[in-house]
Parts: sequence; structure tokens; C-alpha cells
Amino acid sequence: MTVTAPPVAPTAARKGPSSAAGRSGPVAWMAVPALAIFLLFGVVPLFGVLALSFAQWDGLGAIHTAGFSNWRSVLSDPALPHTIWVTFEIMILSWAVQTPMSLLIGTFLAGRQRYRGFLAVLYFIPLLLSSTAIAITYKALLDPNFGLGAGLKIGFLTQDWLGRSDLAIGVLIFVVSWQFIPFHSLIYQGGVRQIPTSMYEAAAIDGAGRVRQFFSITVPQLKYTIITSSTLMVVGSLTFFDLIFVLTAGGPGDATRVLALDMYKRGFQANLMGPASVIAVLLVLLGLALALILRRLGGSTTASQLEGM
Amino acid sequence: MDPMTTSRRSFLGLVGGGALAAGLAACGTSGPKSSGGSTGGAAAGSGTTYWFLTGQPQQSIREAQVKRFNDANPDTKIKYTEFQNDAFKQKIKTAIGAGQGPTLIWGWGGGGLKAYVEAGQVEDLTDWLTNQEADLKNSIFPSAFTAATVNGKIYAVPGETVTPIVLFYDKRAFEKIGAQPPQSWGDIMDLVPKFNEKGIAPFSLGGQSRWTSMMWLEFLFDRIGGSEVFQNIFDGKANGWSDPSALKALEEMQKLIKANGFVKGFSSITADSNADQALLFTGKAAMMLHGAWTYGNMKASGGDFVTGGHLGYMNFPPVDGGKGDPSDTVGNPGQYMSISSKASDADKETAKKFIANNTLDDATVEAWVKSGNIPVVKSAKDKLSSITDKNDSAWLNFVYDTAANAKNFAQSWDQALPPTQAETLLDNIAKLFQLSISPQQFADSMNAVIGK
Repeated sequence: MTVTAPPVAPTAARKGPSSAAGRSGPVAWMAVPALAIFLLFGVVPLFGVLALSFAQWDGLGAIHTAGFSNWRSVLSDPALPHTIWVTFEIMILSWAVQTPMSLLIGTFLAGRQRYRGFLAVLYFIPLLLSSTAIAITYKALLDPNFGLGAGLKIGFLTQDWLGRSDLAIGVLIFVVSWQFIPFHSLIYQGGVRQIPTSMYEAAAIDGAGRVRQFFSITVPQLKYTIITSSTLMVVGSLTFFDLIFVLTAGGPGDATRVLALDMYKRGFQANLMGPASVIAVLLVLLGLALALILRRLGGSTTASQLEGM
Repeated sequence: MDPMTTSRRSFLGLVGGGALAAGLAACGTSGPKSSGGSTGGAAAGSGTTYWFLTGQPQQSIREAQVKRFNDANPDTKIKYTEFQNDAFKQKIKTAIGAGQGPTLIWGWGGGGLKAYVEAGQVEDLTDWLTNQEADLKNSIFPSAFTAATVNGKIYAVPGETVTPIVLFYDKRAFEKIGAQPPQSWGDIMDLVPKFNEKGIAPFSLGGQSRWTSMMWLEFLFDRIGGSEVFQNIFDGKANGWSDPSALKALEEMQKLIKANGFVKGFSSITADSNADQALLFTGKAAMMLHGAWTYGNMKASGGDFVTGGHLGYMNFPPVDGGKGDPSDTVGNPGQYMSISSKASDADKETAKKFIANNTLDDATVEAWVKSGNIPVVKSAKDKLSSITDKNDSAWLNFVYDTAANAKNFAQSWDQALPPTQAETLLDNIAKLFQLSISPQQFADSMNAVIGK
């Protein structure tokens, strides 16, 4: 993240940390343990999955090569477009909800006032809870017969929240946002604190109000923070599994069956490791493509965020 | 097999409990607990091993079995490792696939056992059972062997308990609307509007678990078309799912759903949380189709629901004009123990000795009956007279009679079918109950996986 580079060293910020590390030999060696672990547990299994996607295996017996039959069966599966659509729907909606909220909360928390520090701690709590615990709690609260609405006799809250397709997606987005907005707020908080106060002072002298300052200074200065946070959200939501698994199990019907869940169900419930690997490969490709696109959207990395300083 | 089976099936159903387990595992509280300090199976060289499930009362009954065996055979002790259900289901498959499985493989028979057999992982026990242990074989309900038999050979010994699916009802709800329990499918359809008028849901259902909805189809298929409709599907006959009786059953199913036969929000209710049972014993729903294993929990959690005599139960009623035998039932005809074919000969002998002497011995049978379950042996009937509690006694006799008198005791579909078909089935059942596919679409997508 260029954002974290100290403003006093604009050359380093411009070239990025990788080139700085490449210059000094000993530092590069320090990356070897991490690299070895990454290769062993990240890259090698990736090729294993790629190989499995061309094989037939039930997880128990022998592995037989199957050519392209898994790919054909998965890609011609009439349920696949729906699964991809749901995945993107959840990705886009959760991004659209989380980004503005996190940006506002992050900017708010960047202030140095005492009460804001206190609130920051409170806002951080959802992030400390496990997704499974959150999902079980929400499931209990939203139960149409024994949940919050039925208990307090509030008609509006006694919807069939997780039993209707449209509502179930909405609930998912809400719970995902509830869980992850604190994390992204934290990133934005750090980003906002990096913005030199002199810029705000200059803007104030020019007569810019708070709203104008926010849109003309804070948001543009947070460009890279937004890209970082968006990449995490978008790529993260591709592999989002635990919360959906517990909350709806992909239901009702297949209304919230995302790719990651589809992969699990094919592999570990239907014992079709081959087709599950196809989905896994698709997920990797999608994730890489999205991360690349987001990087491109951010423009060339040589442009400094502190331009004009 | 109360909560244990529920959770086991929940794994197949892929519902919340599974992840609850995952959550607990993450806290480090539900890791495998081993008896002898050894954590894993290792089929070769480390003695006889046995993996089974946690969850009471089954867990302590199984522990007592091993203890009795080890006390009597101090030289060939069995080491056991206990797993939470969902962890077990994952781990056993991986372990067997890697040749690291236990000597004694505990399971549910049917499609899962067939996969082991096809991979050559379990011993053929036909000869041993018919020649050496004929007494043991003859003491077990014959219907329990169907799910233990693959291609005419027995690969597992039935043990533990028999649990049919039964129709539970709340007598208080029927008093409120002044009606009698249903004697036919027509009665059920007539009762639905009456209950809805009074603000009582006709049926409770934990639809998110999917296998719960499946139990309805199991009975409707049987009552409308007879047991051969599913038998044909099981045997891999092409287009078995579009049999006219099957389509009729699927249509009747959707009729009941459209008539608001099930509780509001059923598709987001899971069976693991026991919310479906709670709907029945809190009076919010009038009836529930569920496994016999739910009796224990309803008794424990339902206040005076069971002890006050408000719980009624019956076999699923016939469908007018249907071909099925009204005595037929479905459910779990037992649990099964297989012996790993990769174990050493000495370990295999120890395992056989354990199965023969300690899994259905008098002490075990008595413990099962005391816990409110019917063990898979014919002698269970004799133990029933020793039950003093009036409600328990009536219940156990009902379960025994339902199991013993069933002309056909079918195994639950999701266990009978191989995992690939079972998963497609559960998926399509969820959509059928969501009314997002028609009976014909259901049949078409199921026909596509027959024999897979």
C-alpha cells in the first residue's frame, strides 16, 4: 500500500516497496520462509486442483483421468449461470453498501476526539466475532416463529427473512456488511489520518466547507485506500462461505448458492471432487481477473497520491 | 438414535449444526477425544481401533461396550476415538481413502457403505455371519440387513437402534378444532384449512435441513405407488423418477405446500436447532412428520407435552386409491459396523469378537431400551415390559410394532442412494418445496443422475 509510505520519502512512495526490497539483497532473503510456505501451501495445491479438475475422484477410491468431461458438465450445468449471478449480486451489493458506510465511519473515526476513540473500540467489536457465531445469532434473531419479531410482537420484524429469496439476499448483505464495515472503517481511518492537515488548512482558507473538503480532499486522497479496501471486499466476497453456509445453506432453494458454496457441495457432499475442482479453478481465475481489473482502475502505480504537494 | 442421528443427517442436509460444530472446533472444544492417547486410526500395526460418534445417550453406551470388551480381553484391547458427527463424516472418508482408517468402521450403511465396498475398503462378512455367528444374525431384525448388503453380500453388521419416521401430533390442537387425527391423505388436506383458521400451523417442518422435507416424499411415494417406485430408482432403472405414481406424489406434495400446510417460514428452519420440534410442543403447529429419535428431546424440552400425555403419534396414513401397503415405513433400520479390509488379521479377529460379544449383548440392549430406543434385535420386545413409565412404555411398544410389522422398512433415501445422487436429490427437494420447480422439472433433473 502506497498510502502507508511516509510522505517525507516521495521517491520510495513512487517506486513502491517491491523495488526498494529488490535493491537490498539481505532483505530479499527474509522473504524466503514466507515464499516457501506460500509455494507449498498456496501454489502447489493450486496445481493439484487444476489436475483434479481433469480427473474423476470421489475422495475415496482411485483417481481416474477424465479429460474435459468435468469442464463440459460444469459449464453446461443449467444452474451455473444462476450461481455466478448470485455470486456477483452479493459481491456488488455488499461492495455498494460497505464502501460508502466504511468511508464515512472511517473519516469520522479519524478525528482525534476522545469519544471517537471510544466509539472506534465499540465499532470494532463485530470484527472480533467469528462468522459462524454471527450467523447462528442472526439466524436465531430472525426466526419467524421464535425470533426477535415474534418475541417482541413487532409485525414488521416477523418476516420470513431467510425463507424468501429476495429477503434472504438482503439479510446476507446486511450481515456481511455488519461484520466487515468495522474492518474497512479501520483501513479508511488509517488512510484519512495520512492526509496532511495542511491540505485541509489550505482548503479552509479558500473557503471550502466540510462537505466540500470531504469530496475534494478526503475522497481523492483516499484513492488507493479505496482500491485496497475494494479489492479485499470483492475478492473476499468471491470466497465468502462460512456465513452463508450457516445462515441459509444456499437456500431457500438455491437463492443464495454462491460459487464457493457450490464448490463445497459438489466436492464434499456429492463426492464429485472433479467438478468441484473446476469451480475452484473458475474461482481462482475470477479472483485474479478482478484483482487485476481493480489495480488497473487505480491507474498506474507511478502516480503519487501526494501529487501537488 | 436421537440427536446423534439428527446431526448425522444434518451433515447430509448441510445445515447450521455443521457449522456450529465447525465453530466449536475452532474454539478447540470438540476435537477428537481418544481413549488410549493415540489420536488416529492407523489401520496397520497399532492394534484394533474403533471410531464412533459423540452425543448422549449413545456415546456412553458405546463406551461401556468397549470397556466391557477390554475388561474381558486385556491382551487385545480396543482403542476408541470419539468424533463429533460432522467431523466424523469428513474424517472417516479421508482416513479410509488414505489407508489410515480404523479397524472398526461405524456408519449408516446404504450408499455410503456401497462406496467403501466399491473402493475395496471393507471386509465381506457374509460367510462369518451365516456360518459362525448365525445366532447373532438371526437375533437381528431381518429388515436391518438390506442397508448392509451390497450386491448380495453383507459388508456390515447392523447394531444400535431402529428408528422409523412417524407422524407426531398435538392432541390439544385437535381438541381445539374438534377433529380427529387424519386417517388418510384426504383427511390431511381437509384438516389444513381448519388449523389455519385457528391460527395453528398444520405441520411443523425444518425445511432448511432438506432431509426433513424428503421424509414427506418418501411416504407419499410409498403410499401412492408402493415400495417398488423407489426400488426402481434405487436399482437404476431409467426414468424412474417420472413414474406416474412419482409424479402424482410430487403433485400432491406441492398441493399441500400451496394450501399452506406447513408452518410459515419453514424453509429457513433447521432440524438441528430442534425448532421444528419446539413448534409442535409449544402448540404453534399441530402435526410433525419426524424421526422416532425426536421423542427423547420432546420429552426433555417440551415441559409436560410428553409427560402430560399430549403427544400423539401414528404411522403415516394411506393415500386414497394408493397402491402402497399402509404398514410400510421408512427411516433408519439401524446403524452399521464394518471391518476394514486393510487391517491386520489379528485386528480383524479382535473386531469380530467385539461385534459378536459386545455390541448387541444383554447389557447393551437394556441400556438402549432404558434410553427410550428400540435396539435392532428381536429380543428388545422382552425388555419393554420392564419399562414402568406409562408414556415411555406406550411409545416404545408403538415404535417396536411399527418397525416389526412393517411389510417394507425402507432406508432413508439420502442414505440409500450414493452421495452424488443424494445431494442432487436434496437440492431438488429444496426447490420443489420452494415451488420454484414443477414436479416434471424435478423428475427430469433427478432422472439425469440415475445410476450415477
